[in-house]
Amino acid sequence: MAMNPDTGPAAELGGYIDKPEGPITAAILAVGIGCFALGLLTTLAEANEGVKEFLNFYDPVGPLSGKTTWAVAIWLLTWIVLHLVYRRKKTESRKELAVSLVLIAFGLLGTFPIFFQAFAG
Amino acid sequence: MSLTHHEFWTLVHGMVLGALFLLGFAGGLEGLWALRPHQMTSAGIRARVLRLKIGTTAMAVAAWGTVITGTWIVYPWYREDVPDSPRSTLLADPATAEWHHFGMEWKEHIAWMSPLLATLVAFIVFYYGAGLVLHDRLRKTTLGLFTLAFGVAAIAGAFGALITKTAPLI
Repeated sequence: MAMNPDTGPAAELGGYIDKPEGPITAAILAVGIGCFALGLLTTLAEANEGVKEFLNFYDPVGPLSGKTTWAVAIWLLTWIVLHLVYRRKKTESRKELAVSLVLIAFGLLGTFPIFFQAFAG
Repeated sequence: MSLTHHEFWTLVHGMVLGALFLLGFAGGLEGLWALRPHQMTSAGIRARVLRLKIGTTAMAVAAWGTVITGTWIVYPWYREDVPDSPRSTLLADPATAEWHHFGMEWKEHIAWMSPLLATLVAFIVFYYGAGLVLHDRLRKTTLGLFTLAFGVAAIAGAFGALITKTAPLI
């Protein structure tokens, strides 16, 4: 729970002005989406030869080059868009954190070899 | 005593950046854990937040450095289609093939979640700065995400060390 910035430790911080939590909410959601994208791309690349070929940006690295580049690009793009949406919102990020943790869990599942290798074509 | 080109980059990837990552995590974890208003003065909070910023930034930079050098420099040597590459060595023996099929396949993917999570933690610390002391729920959330960033990197790092021990990159 956020404390009143006019009293207690906030007063000791000397003129600290509290900020809206919106940008944090946006960043938390973006990480969940980025991790989910990595898991999804990993599983799709295993399941479909065309996707694997598409993700092969650089032969010495193979499809890992595309999976990671796309996941990072999706994370950054999502972060920028969500930041613009949430930047002034005085949200509490509880619900978004829960959503993000579920997305991260799916991302972990999608990158778990026993799971994604089950989709091998 | 000398290092080959491959050994040098393996050292940078696993040991140099790995050590920075661990140091950043240790500093950041202690900073976040102790960032509670009843435990310190205003000057103490500010000094701790500065160390927290350094720790979380170091961990994020190390995490990015580790995955970038790992994926784009070391990994191509690992998977090179020649008989003495680590991948070929592991797959040639059914007793070691799982180090590639499970260990390497998991490591190469899961590691990339760590820099995303570590960057998020550094962002929260920089965004709120000393004000983070006023947001106990967010401090705990940050602590959890920071530990998660470390956890996924620890899985990747452990498999990296074990695979290197089984089939070193020379």
